[in-house]
Amino acid sequence: MAAIKEVERLDTDEGGMGYLQSLPRRVVTVYLPLLVFLIVLLFPFYWMTITAVKPNVEMTDYVNYNPFWVVHPTLEHIRYLLFETSYPGWLLNTVIISTAATFLSLAAAVLAAYAIERLRFSGARQVGLAVFLAYLVPPSILFIPLSVMVFNLGLYDTPFALILTYPTFLIPFCTWLLMGYFRSIPFELEECALIDGATRWQILTKIVLPLSVPGLISAGIFAFTLSWNEFIYALTFIQSSEKKTVPVGVLTELVRSDVYEWGALMAGALIGSLPVVVLYSFFVEHYVSSMTGAVKE
Amino acid sequence: MAVPSVAVQRPPSILSRLAESRNALGLGFMLPAAALLLVFLTYPLGLGVWLGFTDARIGRPGIFIGIENYQYLWSDSVFWLSVFNTLLYTISASILKFVLGLWLALILNENLPFKSFFRAIVLLPWVVPTVLSAIAFWWIYDSQFSILSWALQQMGLIDHRINFLGDPTNARASVIAANVWRGIPFVAITLLAGLQTIPQSLYEAATLDGASRWQLFRHVTLPLLTPIIAITMTFSVLFTFTDFQLIYVLTRGGPVNATHLMATLSFQRGISGGQLGEGAAIAVAMIPFLLAAILFSYFGLQRRRWQQGGGD
Repeated sequence: MAAIKEVERLDTDEGGMGYLQSLPRRVVTVYLPLLVFLIVLLFPFYWMTITAVKPNVEMTDYVNYNPFWVVHPTLEHIRYLLFETSYPGWLLNTVIISTAATFLSLAAAVLAAYAIERLRFSGARQVGLAVFLAYLVPPSILFIPLSVMVFNLGLYDTPFALILTYPTFLIPFCTWLLMGYFRSIPFELEECALIDGATRWQILTKIVLPLSVPGLISAGIFAFTLSWNEFIYALTFIQSSEKKTVPVGVLTELVRSDVYEWGALMAGALIGSLPVVVLYSFFVEHYVSSMTGAVKE
Repeated sequence: MAVPSVAVQRPPSILSRLAESRNALGLGFMLPAAALLLVFLTYPLGLGVWLGFTDARIGRPGIFIGIENYQYLWSDSVFWLSVFNTLLYTISASILKFVLGLWLALILNENLPFKSFFRAIVLLPWVVPTVLSAIAFWWIYDSQFSILSWALQQMGLIDHRINFLGDPTNARASVIAANVWRGIPFVAITLLAGLQTIPQSLYEAATLDGASRWQLFRHVTLPLLTPIIAITMTFSVLFTFTDFQLIYVLTRGGPVNATHLMATLSFQRGISGGQLGEGAAIAVAMIPFLLAAILFSYFGLQRRRWQQGGGD
């Protein structure tokens, strides 16, 4: 029986040569390190969650309570966060800004990627390279001149300051990703449509876009996450408390003087992470493909 | 039948000829993206270089003062300390991320049960906002109630609490550890995608030739993975070098500037201190390092392509 099984596995080539290893060896080389990796990578999330529901008494009393567990879980920190701070407003701001920036960038990126990849105007290759280089320009060297511009344009302390500046890192990324997707669509489809008298715009909206929905979702999810996580522009361009985004609000408004409200801080961090985590869990494959796709090209 | 013949006879209008021309159409399609990028990326890049040569402050446009900002920075020990910190931070964090990320990728590439589940979980640290996970690390590194200190004390490994963020050496190690924590998933998942493209038959052939596990890794996995390693690590190095959020949350550059990176120093001088010109000069000083990293990986890749006999 064992021999037959071995042959079957060889035929399918599924697990590679894993069957050559004995179980104890696999435990030491694979399962044990994996367990350690998982514990280290997930511990901060566990710690965030447990602190968010811990009463203040237990939080600082390590003698009578085991810090790794919570005896009397409480929703007090979350209630405080949602009803006595501007947190819901920050959430709403972040949703609006991220959605607007994502759609703006996607629209611009679809047109640009189609032009570079399919219209092949003269200089398309150079423009494609320029787009890639634009992706490598980090926000850390742009925020000072951008703050001057934002101020002069009268955008300071408005959501438009962020909606218009986030595309600087979203468009290059989305364009680059969509170029890869458009490349995989056969030319013949477009040629047929051209012969049938379709305009370029019709080809884009009726043939190319429906075929690249997975690419659009990948780019959209990734762009949304990037805008949600953005920090340095939001910190520099927004001043009023009620206009802040979640990452900036939690850091600058919930940390007061010397008394750190650790419970509320952790609840804020947890709830601020939830939307992107939920989105991510629905579209894991798209997310991974966009991340690796951007690197692979 | 009459309709098409009419259409053929009429000479095409300017508008329809424009719609046929690839260049005109290409220009039209590029317009939204190009406009946004030129206004909010290319122009600020130039403006930043210009600001570096002025004494601009917040609320006051500066005048041209030549290289005075750079002369000042050249003799500023804090600036040089931040350059040293940035290099130390980038190099040590990148090496750790590469080694641990590659290790994790190799583990995930084994034939595991619930493989896609593990892969999804592993990526979590990279998905959540850096600032929010950094706040969790801030609490983990708390000087009084650090869970790490407590756990190590319970195990009897240390006898007094570790001052994670208050001591220069500890603070540097702590921020590097937090950065590595966030960076491992990115490296691991992209390298895993690369690993999955390596055909199993190569390993089987090498095993038949009597290769050991180390030889399999050294002579099959590593050479085939090099291109994707180069690109992944270029991205990783660029993001680490220009990091701002983690330091801003955990230490704000302290204690005694021991963890100030060039980006945080630029923010402190430029925005908090109001010296836009000096802040911009510090940001501009980052550009040569970034260019060096990009060129290094670009020519590294070129060489590989050439070795593999590829054109283009």
